[in-house]
Amino acid sequence: MAVPTNTPGVTLAAPPARSVPLAARPLACRNCGAEHAPAPVSICDQCLGPLDPVLDPARPLPDRRTIAARAQSLWRYREWLPFDGDPVHSLECGFTPLLEVPRLASRLGVARAWVKNDTVSHPSLSFKDRVVSCAINAAAAFGLDTIGCASTGNLANAVAAHAARAGLAAWVFIPEDLEAGKVIGTSVYGPKLVRIRGTYDDVNRLCAQVADRFGWGIVNVNLRGYYGEGSKTLAYEVAEQLGWRLPTAVVAPMAGGSLVTKLRKGFAEFLDAGLVHGAAPRLYGAQGSGCAPIVRLLERGGHELEPEIPHTIARSLAIGNPADGVFAARAMRESGGWGAHVSDAEIVEGIRILAEDTGVFGETAGGVTVSAALALSRAGKLRPDDEVVLCITGHGLKTLEALSGALPESPVIAPRLREVAALVERAGAAAPTR
Amino acid sequence: MAITVHLPSVLAAHAGGARSIEASGRTLGEAVADVAARFPALGPRLQDKDGKPYPFVVFYVNDEDVRFRGGFAAPVQDGDEVTVIPAIAGG
Repeated sequence: MAVPTNTPGVTLAAPPARSVPLAARPLACRNCGAEHAPAPVSICDQCLGPLDPVLDPARPLPDRRTIAARAQSLWRYREWLPFDGDPVHSLECGFTPLLEVPRLASRLGVARAWVKNDTVSHPSLSFKDRVVSCAINAAAAFGLDTIGCASTGNLANAVAAHAARAGLAAWVFIPEDLEAGKVIGTSVYGPKLVRIRGTYDDVNRLCAQVADRFGWGIVNVNLRGYYGEGSKTLAYEVAEQLGWRLPTAVVAPMAGGSLVTKLRKGFAEFLDAGLVHGAAPRLYGAQGSGCAPIVRLLERGGHELEPEIPHTIARSLAIGNPADGVFAARAMRESGGWGAHVSDAEIVEGIRILAEDTGVFGETAGGVTVSAALALSRAGKLRPDDEVVLCITGHGLKTLEALSGALPESPVIAPRLREVAALVERAGAAAPTR
Repeated sequence: MAITVHLPSVLAAHAGGARSIEASGRTLGEAVADVAARFPALGPRLQDKDGKPYPFVVFYVNDEDVRFRGGFAAPVQDGDEVTVIPAIAGG
């Protein structure tokens, strides 16, 4: 709408609609139900259970057309994210491509398959942009000027990038021996990057103490309730991008286990809202065999997770003491799904299959997901009539070390046509002539 | 010299605001029972009614996760530092 001025022929753009101040939603304990005021805390002071944000059940919900008309970011689903008012940071994240992958579907023996391609997530090339988008707005709502994280790499990249964009200070804690891409892809944004002599679980324990001591917004510790809700947007996007319907099965990598639980919550919320219909997807979780405490809990039965010391090339999944492991196992069981773990060799093979069948270069977690999906197919868990979505959560350029020695060496030749012709002949291909 | 138990702030409120308290015992379970006896509001948040640890609460002895050392049966001695960390973090 144009606004007339006193100067003939001159109009001004209408001022933007008045924005509503950002506020975080209250919290409730997932274990005992105790209610908590909005705060940078993630632990129930009654039973030490995890706190989840509570949405206003009376809030007006948008229909499909309203959502589809909004900007292509995860904030198009803002009514299901844990805030009142308008977000102030990380407005450009989410809505990554959903790619149909028929050759991978054929290999899996299923009717159709898609890759949810978070390797191209803005800005840090992994699905952690989703959770940090929520966490950094929670930090803003609480007036925190420093955010941080304990990370296996992808979250470090995301926290550093989002903090830089927002102009916040960041303290990022990682195990000392992460892949170079994860370290450089964090330090380039200028955070305080601290490398810890120990495993991720040591880093995580330290960050719980750091959050308690310094009052920063450690996104996956004291902002965890708000942070985790960002993962639901992956489920919303899948539903919308499939044409407002649900797949029959979803395969996702598991580290702390949160993603699987939030996928289940996200699909359930869209079913409850009447935006999609039918059965919720069966959820399948994937881990590396060298760190598979959630899959082993699933296989063993019961509700008690046994922590492990990680030994896997899938560093981004190397959490031996997964915070949401028990909940993830429950989500997989109750959805009718299951889990699988795969060896380091299978992880590398999975990266290559993904790249060669779909044109997507995933990090080690992507190799875990693809190889686990193949294992689940061989075990009869994925069926010929299934429509399967594979969550590929991080870019392969971050974990180049995993492919060291695994790919054929490229020939080096002089710039002479006859040398190319020799290569073509050796490759067994008919040399095209002109 | 006693065993020192470090509490997160969410639990310190149940120990009169103390972030660190002293305890005695030959095993972690005995040390936790000693704390539970002296701080009745804190006890049920550290162990269940059978004296077992909760899945949501992780104990570290000298920064080592006690689940790798036998849980509440892990031996402790004077001078050890026990840290209590709510498990829901990370990932």
